[in-house]
Amino acid sequence: MNATCSCDQCSGKATLWMKGDEIVRVTARKDQWGEVEEFICDTCPYSTWAERKVAAVMQDRIGPNRAGPFALLQPLADGGKFFFKEDFTPANAERFLFVLGPALVMFISLITGAVIPWGKSLNIGGTSFDLQVANIDVGVLYIIGMASIGVYGIMIGGWASNNKYSLIGAIRASSQMISYELAMGLALLSIIMMTGSLDLKVISETQATGKLWGLFAIDGMNWNIFYQPIAFLVFIVAALAETNRHPFDLPECESELVTGYSTEYSSMKLGLYMFGEYVNMFISNAFMVVLFFGGYNYPGIEWVTQHWGENTAGILSIVAFLTKTIIGILIFMWIRWTLPRFRYDQLMHLGWKTLIPMALVNLLVTGAVILAFGS
Amino acid sequence: MILSVLSSPALVSGLMVARAKNPVHSVLFSILVFRDTSGLLLLLGLDFFAMIFPVVHIGAIAVSFLFVVMMFHIQIAEIHEEVLRYLPVSGIIGLIFWWEMFFILDNETIPLLPTQINTTSLIYTVYAGKVQSWTNLETLGNLLYTYYSVWFLLPSLILLVAMIGAIVLTMHRTTKVKRQDVFRRNAIDFRRTIMRRTTDPITR
Repeated sequence: MNATCSCDQCSGKATLWMKGDEIVRVTARKDQWGEVEEFICDTCPYSTWAERKVAAVMQDRIGPNRAGPFALLQPLADGGKFFFKEDFTPANAERFLFVLGPALVMFISLITGAVIPWGKSLNIGGTSFDLQVANIDVGVLYIIGMASIGVYGIMIGGWASNNKYSLIGAIRASSQMISYELAMGLALLSIIMMTGSLDLKVISETQATGKLWGLFAIDGMNWNIFYQPIAFLVFIVAALAETNRHPFDLPECESELVTGYSTEYSSMKLGLYMFGEYVNMFISNAFMVVLFFGGYNYPGIEWVTQHWGENTAGILSIVAFLTKTIIGILIFMWIRWTLPRFRYDQLMHLGWKTLIPMALVNLLVTGAVILAFGS
Repeated sequence: MILSVLSSPALVSGLMVARAKNPVHSVLFSILVFRDTSGLLLLLGLDFFAMIFPVVHIGAIAVSFLFVVMMFHIQIAEIHEEVLRYLPVSGIIGLIFWWEMFFILDNETIPLLPTQINTTSLIYTVYAGKVQSWTNLETLGNLLYTYYSVWFLLPSLILLVAMIGAIVLTMHRTTKVKRQDVFRRNAIDFRRTIMRRTTDPITR
């Protein structure tokens, strides 16, 4: 195997052990992702399957192909494996907090999705159902609040493991997450200033109709990304950092901190940590789609509502929303298997010294434009 | 019922903040206090503040406390420490807070609380029903940035002072401290460095 540093198939994961100028040993890792997750909901098992297959395509190899056709049952196999592993608690660990950590991560990741509008309304038996669990006035703020609380699952888990490396991993993870929350909030502010409301349903509605840049109107394509590309860039970088996703996955990198905060976890608790990360990624993508890509709107939504009825438009809007979210997840995975990992000080530098000024400037420019043109 | 479900854990957690032996438990109980207070604010109808509480208090303030407590090896408090010796001063401070609570409850400047039975100037009105579809955020912005804008700028100055304090504490003295430049370190190539070898006295 050609494992020099300039080989583009190893993506930097081969380690050269050099003595002076000669290579003594070459080691490479087979399983980079460690143990993978599953269960609980329908889409997430297959996001891990997609991740491994996408990773395989990026790295020019086949990927899992044993458990079922195209390894579609691989996530189930992994989930079953998790149940059968031994579930231990390390010595001198705080038992309550040890169990609470992964539970909190999973819980927070799941309830963040309560305010996302999954589609336009469906009309069943005469009553119109909003496809959103809770339509609150402060939807965006709720998601930011829950993201802030999601930091705790990692911190508590890392501390309760009674392991100094876990603690360092947890502290790094939480400092990374709180740094990028600021950039995310500032990027969100420009969107909120434009839309004028924190309600996610209202944000989706304002992206349905309207003239793009005041010039021409495509039905259902008044998406915020055409107005706020910089905010989108800041948001996607901050979302990658918030979900501890590569290239910001220093907290859980395997070469430096032995999986960081989840070192002492086994079986389903580890499953909950890993799976919580995937749920978080899904919800972050859904949120990004709502904010920037028009939520459930697709081109022609008004026409469909008028001609084919509300139910068809509703179902098509769910399909459109999920398609956009899945494209976002594929882009996240694409980024993961392409870029090397950030060093910790580079990460902090990016968050505080680059993203926050960029988001602030964007905010000022948005405010100036709104003041000047009044829209 | 929801009020009691939220307020009693808040009180108990507040007590446990002071009484917990492990400082990490102390901070975690304070997180519980914030969460219950956020719920109480929701019951009062202040949805914006109820959502700001997790973001600011739980997500930033308590996390900072948790950093300090987790990273430093703070000794767990002794079991038989004399807590009664704190009673004089802490008792006075506690009584001051207690009195302040009653002062606010009886005060006319907060007219919306239903304890205002005796005042004749203001009737208990549900203002949220009168103002058509103004969210909490809109009312806050309408007042904070216009009439009370000076009060808005003052906390920003306080935060600036705090920031300067933190930076001064952690800034390295640049003259006497030797630091590595990380990018230069990474750019060092083995083949272009000059290594000093000492010959082995036995073999050579």
